[in-house]
Amino acid sequence: MKYLTEFRDGELAQKLAAEIRAAVTRPWAIMEVCGGQTHAIIRHGLDQLLPPELELVHGPGCPVCVTPVAAIDRALAVAAAPGVIFCSFGDMLRVPGTREDLFAVKGRGADVRVVYSPLDAVRLAKGNPARQVVFFAIGFETTAPANALAVHQAAQLGLANFSVLVSHVLVPPAMEAILSSPANRVRAFLAAGHVCSVMGYHQYPPLAERYRVPIVVTGFEPLDLLDGIRRAVRQLEAGTHAVENAYPRVVTFDGNRAAQAMLAEVFEVCDRDWRGIGTIPNSGWRLRGGYRRFDAEERFAVGDIRSAESPHCRSGEVLRGTLKPNQCPAFGTTCTPRTPLGATMVSGEGACAAYFNYGRLTAVGTERATCPT
Amino acid sequence: MPDLTPAAWTCPLPLRDYPHVVMGHGGGGRLSADLVEHLFLPAFRNPALARLGDAAVLPPVPGRLAFTTDGFVVRPLFFPGGCVGDLAVHGTVNDLAVSGATPLYLSAGFILEEGLPLADLGRIVDRMAAAARAAGVAVVCGDTKVVDRGHGDGCYITTAGVGVVPDGVTLGVQQARPGDAVVLSGPVGNHGIAVLCVREGLEFETRVESDTAALTGLAAAVLAACPATRAMRDPTRGGLAATLNEIAAGSGVGIEIDEPAVPVDDEVRAACDLLGLDPLLVANEGKLVAVVPADAADHLLAAVRRHPLGTRAAVIGRVTDQHPRLVVARTAVGGRRVVSTPVGEQLPRIC
Repeated sequence: MKYLTEFRDGELAQKLAAEIRAAVTRPWAIMEVCGGQTHAIIRHGLDQLLPPELELVHGPGCPVCVTPVAAIDRALAVAAAPGVIFCSFGDMLRVPGTREDLFAVKGRGADVRVVYSPLDAVRLAKGNPARQVVFFAIGFETTAPANALAVHQAAQLGLANFSVLVSHVLVPPAMEAILSSPANRVRAFLAAGHVCSVMGYHQYPPLAERYRVPIVVTGFEPLDLLDGIRRAVRQLEAGTHAVENAYPRVVTFDGNRAAQAMLAEVFEVCDRDWRGIGTIPNSGWRLRGGYRRFDAEERFAVGDIRSAESPHCRSGEVLRGTLKPNQCPAFGTTCTPRTPLGATMVSGEGACAAYFNYGRLTAVGTERATCPT
Repeated sequence: MPDLTPAAWTCPLPLRDYPHVVMGHGGGGRLSADLVEHLFLPAFRNPALARLGDAAVLPPVPGRLAFTTDGFVVRPLFFPGGCVGDLAVHGTVNDLAVSGATPLYLSAGFILEEGLPLADLGRIVDRMAAAARAAGVAVVCGDTKVVDRGHGDGCYITTAGVGVVPDGVTLGVQQARPGDAVVLSGPVGNHGIAVLCVREGLEFETRVESDTAALTGLAAAVLAACPATRAMRDPTRGGLAATLNEIAAGSGVGIEIDEPAVPVDDEVRAACDLLGLDPLLVANEGKLVAVVPADAADHLLAAVRRHPLGTRAAVIGRVTDQHPRLVVARTAVGGRRVVSTPVGEQLPRIC
């Protein structure tokens, strides 16, 4: 508990914010890569402590937001199959596929269950040998090790009724895709602390060097974020582009070797679709050859499902950092957490939902500031 | 006070024939009568119920009637700090109490699932009766139905309640005025986190207990200390956020809360942080929010803190004419954010 109160100290936060305000001499756009960081920034109102020249751009690091609509549609099809127990993290249940979400499928009688760990799904498979148990394995490097462990454990137990619907994505290729885009405005990154706790940050120096961009590994508490921003601003103002670790209580250069070994055992890198962004080469994981028998996509033959995004949803631009949520014409009108057009409005960590839930007071014009939820 | 430990609870002879609820217990025949005679009547003992009429016949009451109903479908049936039984009493009693009414009578409808251990039903009913006695209400009528195994979660309870509102008391969410103070009776989130932990098998070093309690005495203390109280609500599902939004929307005003002033137990805050939940949105069952004129706030706070259920009460914010219909929190680090009503149930996030 001490950690939480210490890293939310109001006086220290004001001091850090004052340092940032004093350091900024011209406009800079800094991207917080992770949706958890976006959520924390808006929830604690950190954006309002910063100078107007400093623009925080929300990155693609919300696992729920970037899971492609095709993957959601596959999940819906698998969940609706007879005899299936479909397990998912809670926040995936409201993400819309082409026509509906997992809540709707559950409402029609599918056995959809919220789990807190993929190992719970393995336990369910062990306890229900007559049923097919499927786990929706989405997310970044943060969630992937536990998902890999679940598959590994299922293999050790010889479970024939367990499988995973994999839609894992990797952060560094997404950062590179953003930096190499002609529309890129991002001048520095707050790298996702949880991802780095697993993977370390040894992948980042080449990226920082190639694109001459400061990268600061940053945590999720208010002081973590303000410190990360302060370090990024210092570098930007000084014209340097180093990788800094502002989250040393959790992150090391090498990361968690045991987790990395488990990932390498079960997964291999593949091209992956990102919702709203498109295909990014080498940006995802799929099951390695020896573990393909646990692939729910093959087991339930749902690979060819046709999917379509809402034509009015511009979440891809939001995820690439080229559009602020409140600049979208649908924001707060046809697109709200109650009637989301896309995943960025559904997930608690989605930039659009964060703006809508926490930031309406200042982030949008007066007319939309009072729109009912 | 009955012994509430499960091992001590035993059925009188006729019920021992079936250690579990069977379809016949809801059939209106001998088994139903046994259930009423040997389980419900002794627990809820009162003259109106003892007559076993088709309706409870009650004496006239002085003042305006308050009448409310609520359904209780909590899973699991027993959780740290309470069970579906006391919850079913507290939920309805509290809806009456925060309306300014003195709760008098409850009805109780039970929908039992075939196979429910009668010992469990006995514990539920005993705790319900104890909660009713503590809240000063009588359970004067009821109903029992049994559904097939697999068609219920053991035991659903619906309670309806009647109370009387004294002259001069007119509370309402439409009455908040700019400048009013917002008082909260104690820490939020305990009930929701307690139930979530036991339902999902989550273990933390310290056990979080539900705050389920009858607010009859506390609500009376509020009205005694501040007869000019504008609005009172008990934040249950949807948490403190939903309650404050109801008041803001009902009165067409803004509400600004000082987030660090909202009491939250360390264990609840830690669990919320871990699961990605906002304590302001988590359910409670024994808390009260009062909106009062600013000049009455200190006196009210002192009165609430003297009550056992209000020792950690706090003034958490104020009503404002800025940002009408929005609830805004001043955060610990000096920022501001909108506190929205949750769309549905809060969902634990992925990481």
